Amino acid sequence: MVRARVQIAPTIVLALLVLLTVLPLVSLFSTALQPQGTVPSGLTLPRDPHWGNFADAWNAAEFLKLLRSTLVIVIGVVPVSVLFATMAGYALAQMRIPGGGIAFGLLIFGLTLPFEAILIPLYLQMKALGLLNTQLAIILPLIGLYMPFSVFWMRSHFVNVPKELTEAAEIDGATARHMFQYIQLPLAVPAWSSLAMLLFLWTTNQFMLAIVLISDPTKRTLAGALGAFQGERTTNVVLVCAVSLLIITPTTLAFLALQRHFVKALLQGIAK
Amino acid sequence: MVSINAAPLPTLRDESEAERPVDRLHTVQRFGGWLWLAPSLLMYTMFVLGPLALTVQYSFYSWDGIGQSTWVGLDNYGEVFKNPELFGSLVNAFVLIIFFAIFPILVGLVASALLKDVRSKAVGTFARTVLFIPQIIPLAGAAIAWTWMYSEGGVVNQVLRAIGLESLARPWLGDFDTALPAVGLIGSWVAFGLCTVLFSAGMGKIDPSLYEAVRLDGAGKVREFRTITLPGLRQEIVVVGTVLVIAALASFDIIYIATLGGPGYETMVPGLQIYRLAFTAQKVGLASALGVVLTLLILVVIVPLQRLRREA
Repeated sequence: MVRARVQIAPTIVLALLVLLTVLPLVSLFSTALQPQGTVPSGLTLPRDPHWGNFADAWNAAEFLKLLRSTLVIVIGVVPVSVLFATMAGYALAQMRIPGGGIAFGLLIFGLTLPFEAILIPLYLQMKALGLLNTQLAIILPLIGLYMPFSVFWMRSHFVNVPKELTEAAEIDGATARHMFQYIQLPLAVPAWSSLAMLLFLWTTNQFMLAIVLISDPTKRTLAGALGAFQGERTTNVVLVCAVSLLIITPTTLAFLALQRHFVKALLQGIAK
Repeated sequence: MVSINAAPLPTLRDESEAERPVDRLHTVQRFGGWLWLAPSLLMYTMFVLGPLALTVQYSFYSWDGIGQSTWVGLDNYGEVFKNPELFGSLVNAFVLIIFFAIFPILVGLVASALLKDVRSKAVGTFARTVLFIPQIIPLAGAAIAWTWMYSEGGVVNQVLRAIGLESLARPWLGDFDTALPAVGLIGSWVAFGLCTVLFSAGMGKIDPSLYEAVRLDGAGKVREFRTITLPGLRQEIVVVGTVLVIAALASFDIIYIATLGGPGYETMVPGLQIYRLAFTAQKVGLASALGVVLTLLILVVIVPLQRLRREA
């Protein structure tokens, strides 16, 4: 009797949590299938699902252009960030650098910095460089803004690599670059691939910088394109829901495909 | 990259001459590490520290962003604390900590404690995946979905009407009394799954013999939770708390989409206020001062939290 109750309570709690998590998304979905121009209720059974709404949403959002733009931004941000951070993390953890502590301290400070605090200078900087409304306007700042976390992440990997490995290679006459390229980088694959995954997620989900620095929604990130849907749009709720669903689909699919790795990376990312 | 062993080795010289190249080698070796740090520090300095220094500088001026600027000393800072629209946004940010951080942590603790007894692996994996989805989709997407949930004909009101509480039904985000908690709960929705999964993982690391010990002691579920689970999760709680508190104080995406700070200034937060002041009201100096205050406030809240973590 007691045993059965213990088993039922967790199941109910779990079911409730899962239901609460999917409810807003189900509401979005059911609305997206209603006839356009109507104002349906939040949750309506789609008796006559209008799948064509998604095709309209695809065109309305210029989805291909948006995907390409997101890809450009991701490719601009992620590999460079990972490479620079891996180099810095390696140096901070494995080399004795005079004043290295100061560099690390400066980076740590950046971990808590709200992006809002540098929004205005970034805008003026990009304006001066003539980069406003181009993807570079968000690529460059994001590399800088993600650097504290990325270096921190890579450093905590290299701290756990025995120093003897570096020393032994030095005695063998390996240069630091060879050492890094042929021994440390391959050993660090799990660390930097998780980092790459996190940076991919944060870049596609970047919103504020995208709406401030890029005025054309189709040149933004996926998340940034949602900026066009501020507030309760009563004009075409159905299409807004369809576009929103469409825009959150790519990252969700990536997540589902790499689910185990994503969860691990995010949990580790939090724990660092 | 320049390699640190590239300097010529002083092998064929006599001792007195050998001194200097060896010294050089040491200098290159000692400072060679900086070459490895240079690319990341360059990007960080150019696009974060440099702009931050400019924000601090702007904060002492009255400036519309285009024309002449005038030195005003600390006036902008005085305005941040005197002007109810600005000070109110800081207060709102602290209220959001309740919804973005404290509430999801409590839900996560209770849920993970209960889920400890779910033995099925398949159910666990499925639940973990679903509970993680709010972490994957952009905050702006979450805000759009919830804006629709909270609207006049949205699911929240639908449910209330269905259970006979239609007197409570209202446009939640447009109501002065409910707007702030309503946007706050969007943040809770985003975070509680993460907390649950994180705490479940943390509980898996607690030594099972500890649980057996208190059980032999005759402890109930509640005492077991208080004496073993809670201390065991201290690290996780502090860490996720840190991340979520920063998310609350620096919130922007959710508020921008859901309410744009309204109705009135009920849901105005510093991040959105900075955006509005700088790009709509053209008060660059004032916006910068608010940015500096926000940065410092986050540090003031976060740094003591880390001490809790180290003691653990």
